[in-house]
Amino acid sequence: MFVPHTDTEREQMLRSIGVGSVEKLFDAVPSKYRFPKLDLPQALTEMEAMQQLTDLSLANESARDLACFLGAGAYNHYIPAAVDSIIRRGEFLTAYTPYQPEVSQGTLQAIFEYQSLITNLTGMDVSNASHYDGATATAEAAVMAYHNFRGRRQKFVLSPTVNPQYRETLRTYLQGYEGIEVVGDEKDADPFLRPEDLFSLIDQNTALVVVQYPDFFGRIFDYTALAQKVHEAGALFAVAVNPMALGLFKTPGEFGADIVVGEGQPLGIPMSFGGPYLGIFATRSEFVRKISGRLVGETVDGNGRRGYVLTLTAREQHIRRERATSNICTNQGLIALASTVYMSLLGKNGLREVAELCYHKAHYAAEKIGAIPGYSLCANAPFFHEFLVCCPIPVEEINLHLLDHGILGGYDLGKDYPSLKNHMLIAVTEMNTKEDIDMLCEVLEEVSHE
Amino acid sequence: MSEPTIYELSSPGRRGVRYPASDVPLSPLPEDCLRKDLPLPELSELDVIRHFTNLSKLNYSIDSGYYPLGSCTMKYNPKINEETARLPGFAFTHPLQPVETVQGNLALMFELQEWLKEISGFASVSLQPAAGAHGEFTGVMIIRAYHLSRNDTKRTKMLIPDSAHGTNPATSAMSGFEVVGIPSDARGNVDLEALKKVCDDQVAGLMLTNPNTLGLFEENILEVIQMVHNVGGLVYGDGANLNALLGIARPGDLGIDVMHFNLHKTFSTPHGGGGPGSGPVGVAKHLADFLPGPIVDIIEEGDDDTPPLYGLVTPPKTIGRVKSFYGHFGMMVRAYTYIAMHGPDGIRQIAENAVLNANYLLSLLRGKYHLAYDRICMHEFVLEGRWDDAPEVHALDISKRLMDYNFHPPTNYFPLIVHEALMIEPTETENKQTLDAFAEAMLKIAEEAHSNPQVLKDAPHNTPVGRLDEVKAAKELVLCCWIPEKDA
Ligand SMILES: Cc1ncc(COP(=O)(O)O)c(C=O)c1O
Repeated sequence: MFVPHTDTEREQMLRSIGVGSVEKLFDAVPSKYRFPKLDLPQALTEMEAMQQLTDLSLANESARDLACFLGAGAYNHYIPAAVDSIIRRGEFLTAYTPYQPEVSQGTLQAIFEYQSLITNLTGMDVSNASHYDGATATAEAAVMAYHNFRGRRQKFVLSPTVNPQYRETLRTYLQGYEGIEVVGDEKDADPFLRPEDLFSLIDQNTALVVVQYPDFFGRIFDYTALAQKVHEAGALFAVAVNPMALGLFKTPGEFGADIVVGEGQPLGIPMSFGGPYLGIFATRSEFVRKISGRLVGETVDGNGRRGYVLTLTAREQHIRRERATSNICTNQGLIALASTVYMSLLGKNGLREVAELCYHKAHYAAEKIGAIPGYSLCANAPFFHEFLVCCPIPVEEINLHLLDHGILGGYDLGKDYPSLKNHMLIAVTEMNTKEDIDMLCEVLEEVSHE
Repeated sequence: MSEPTIYELSSPGRRGVRYPASDVPLSPLPEDCLRKDLPLPELSELDVIRHFTNLSKLNYSIDSGYYPLGSCTMKYNPKINEETARLPGFAFTHPLQPVETVQGNLALMFELQEWLKEISGFASVSLQPAAGAHGEFTGVMIIRAYHLSRNDTKRTKMLIPDSAHGTNPATSAMSGFEVVGIPSDARGNVDLEALKKVCDDQVAGLMLTNPNTLGLFEENILEVIQMVHNVGGLVYGDGANLNALLGIARPGDLGIDVMHFNLHKTFSTPHGGGGPGSGPVGVAKHLADFLPGPIVDIIEEGDDDTPPLYGLVTPPKTIGRVKSFYGHFGMMVRAYTYIAMHGPDGIRQIAENAVLNANYLLSLLRGKYHLAYDRICMHEFVLEGRWDDAPEVHALDISKRLMDYNFHPPTNYFPLIVHEALMIEPTETENKQTLDAFAEAMLKIAEEAHSNPQVLKDAPHNTPVGRLDEVKAAKELVLCCWIPEKDA
C-alpha cells in the first residue's frame, strides 16, 4: 500500500542481492509455517477506509452529542485549537525518542519545558518526561518506594479514596515482589474516610502511603498532618493529583509529598475512549536517581551553545538492564507535548480561570441537586469539580433516563464500593453550561418520581 | 541563536486563551485550601505557536528525511490515520460511557483484536498495554500467573538471549524473576548447547525476539521453543520485529505462547518523539484466561438485521489491570485504519518489501563495513562501525557524520553483542533512490574514516547544536527552568 517500488526496481534490487525472488529471502522460516493464508478483509482505498471509520465513529454517541457529567478519571475539557495544530506537525509527530540530541533539540527542549511546567504545577523539584498514565505512574511510585527501602519495608498503604483503577494497577505491578502487603483499601474500608483515619495503619514497616488529591470523590483535604505522620514513620508519601485542580489548590509539595503522580489528561488531551493519556511523575531532588523513565537535562555543546540531552540514563533499561529502576522505554512523548502547549497557552491566569469555572459550576450543580427531594450530597469536605450524590434509585436506571434527554450521567460508584450502591459521582467542567446543569436537575427530579 | 524557553518568553499579564465568564453564580472559594502562587509562564497564542514551530524545525523526522533507526521500524505514518483518530465520534467519547453508546468503539476494538489474532496466530488478544515494554510486563506476569495457577512455584528463572533489548531483562526483574543470560552462536542464533544446559524445572520461560535484534531469523526456532516447552517453560515473543513476519509466519503457529505487538512500529502509528505507543498482547489458548481485562467481546449475538452487542469482559483468572481503561484507543484507530487499507496481500507485501529493502541496502554496504553475522537478513541488519586501520573511529562518529549528509543515524551500541553496533532498519516505505543515497553516504563515510577521521570526530557540522556535553548534563543536573528573576 505504501510501498514505492516498481517491478523494474524490485528486479534490480534482487539482482544486487543475488537472489532470484523475494520468496528466497525467507528460506530460514520453517517451510511448514511459511506464507500462511491470512483471513483478513480485502484492502480498502483511503476513500473507503475514511467512510468505514466514519461510520464506526457515528455508531457512538460522544460528548459532542451529549452533555457530559461523567468524570471518574477522565474529563471533558475544552482543548484550544493551537494544541492539535502543534502536535500534528510531522517534525514532532514522526520523530523517535530523542536518542541523537543534535537532531532532536525540538523534542528535547519541549520535554525540558514539560518537566519545568509539571515541577511548578506540583510544587516538586523534578519531573520525568512522562509515564503511560495516572494508574501506571501510581504503580511506579510504589515500585520506587520498594527500591528506596531495598525491599525491607513491605507495607503499602492505599487510601480507599484513590481511583480504584490506580489501586488495581498498583496491585498488578507489585505481584512480583515478595512479601508485599497492600492495605487500607479493603472492600469494607470506609469510603468516606478522612486522612487522619489512615494514621493507625502507618508503621515502621510502611514503605509508602498513597492518597489522591482531589480524592476519587472530588474532595480536597489538607494532607500536611498525614505527611508528617508518614515521615515520622520513615516512609514515603505519594499524592495522585488531578493537575487541573492544581490551578487553584495548594500543591502536594506544600503538604510535604515525596512523590506526585497523576493523570495529565485534563491538560489538553481528548478523552478518546480512555487513551492515550499522560502519566505525571514528579519527586524531590533527593530521589532523582531513583525516578523511573526519561529525564532531559540542560547542557552546552562544544561552542558553548545551550542544548538539551537525555540524562541520568544509567537508571534506565537500555543501560542497566535487569537492575534498571523500571522497564519503561517508549513513554507518552507527544501527549506530554500537547500538555506543554496547553499549559503554555493557558498560563498562570488561564489555568486558574478554568479551574475556577469548574469549581463554580460544580458547586452550582451540587447545590441544586442537593435540594431535589430524594437526593442528598455526601460532601463532608470542600470539593473541586466532582461530588458524590446519594440517589433514590439505582444509578444505572437514572443514567438511562438521562441518556434519553441527551445527558451522559455520572459514574455509578456501586461498581467499586459495595457500600455506595445508589451513589453517583458527578463531574462538572467549564464545558457544562448552566442550561445543561438545569436540565440535568430537571431530569433527576423527574426520575425520582417514577 | 538557540530558541528561548517558554519561561524566557513570558511577559506578565499576557494571555493565550480566554474563557467565557461564568454563567452560574459564584460560590465562595475555600481560602485555606488555595495555592498562593502559580508560577507558570504567560504568552500569547502567537508566541506559543511560533515557539513550538521553531522547536519543531530543530527535529529530524520521518516526514523530513530518512530515519533508518534499527529496531524502531520508522516507516511512513499515513496521514489518514491522523484524520480517523480525530473523528469526533471517537475522540470525544468518555471511557466510562454505557456500552450501548460506544458500540462503534467496541466494534473497532473487537475487529482489531480479531485481525491481530489472525496475523499472529494467537487465540486471544488484550489491547490494554501502553507500549512494548508494558506488553512485555503483561506477558511475563501472565507466564508467572500460569505457573502459579498450577501450583508450580519453583519456576524462578527467565532465560534471556544476550542479544535481547534492555526491556526484556528489566521486565523479568520487575516481575520477580532471576535473569539467566543465553549466549548466541556463531550464526547469531540462540546457542542450543548453552540453552540445553540451563533448561530445567526452574525455568519459567524464555524471552525470544524473532527475528532477533541482529535482524536474523532464528534458524532453530522450533527446537528452541521445544526445548523450553519440554521442561515446562513458556516462550515469550518480543514482537518488536513483527514487521518482518507479516504474512510470512505466524508466531503463534511456531509455538510461541505469548507476544506483544507494537502498534507504533508494525502498524504505523506515529512515534511522537517518544510515544505514545501501544503494546497489545496476544496469547495461545492456555493463557487466554490470564489476560488483563477488560477486553472486548460479543455479549449478544446479532443477526441479519441487528449487529451484535459488544461489551467489556474480564478474563476469569486475569493478572489484573495493567493501566486505566482499555489501552491507547487513539492508537488502535490508527492501526485499524492501516490494516484495513492493506488486506491479506498488502500485509504480506509490507514484510516482503521491508526484508527486500534491508537485503538490498546490505548488498550495497557489504565489504565496506564489517558484518558480524553474514547471512540473508530480515527487516534489519547490524554493521560494525569500526576498522582495524582506523582505530580512532567509533560507531558514534559514523552516526554523527551521517547527520551532515542529512540522514538520521542508525541505532548505536545495540545489540550489545556486536562491537560498535550500527543497527540499520530501512523499512518498506523507502524507495530505491533513498536507499542508494544512504548507501552512498555510508560508503563515503567509510572512506573518510580512513582518509580524514577528524571530520568524523568533529561531526556533526551542520546541525542546530554540535555534540553536547553529557557529563556536564549529568553532573550539574539542570532539569527544569523558571521565569527569569527580573520578570517574576
Ligand atoms: C526489541 C525491542 N524490544 C522492546 C522494545 C520496547 O518497546 P517500547 O519502546 O514500545 O516500550 C523495543 C523498542 O525500543 C525494542 O526494540
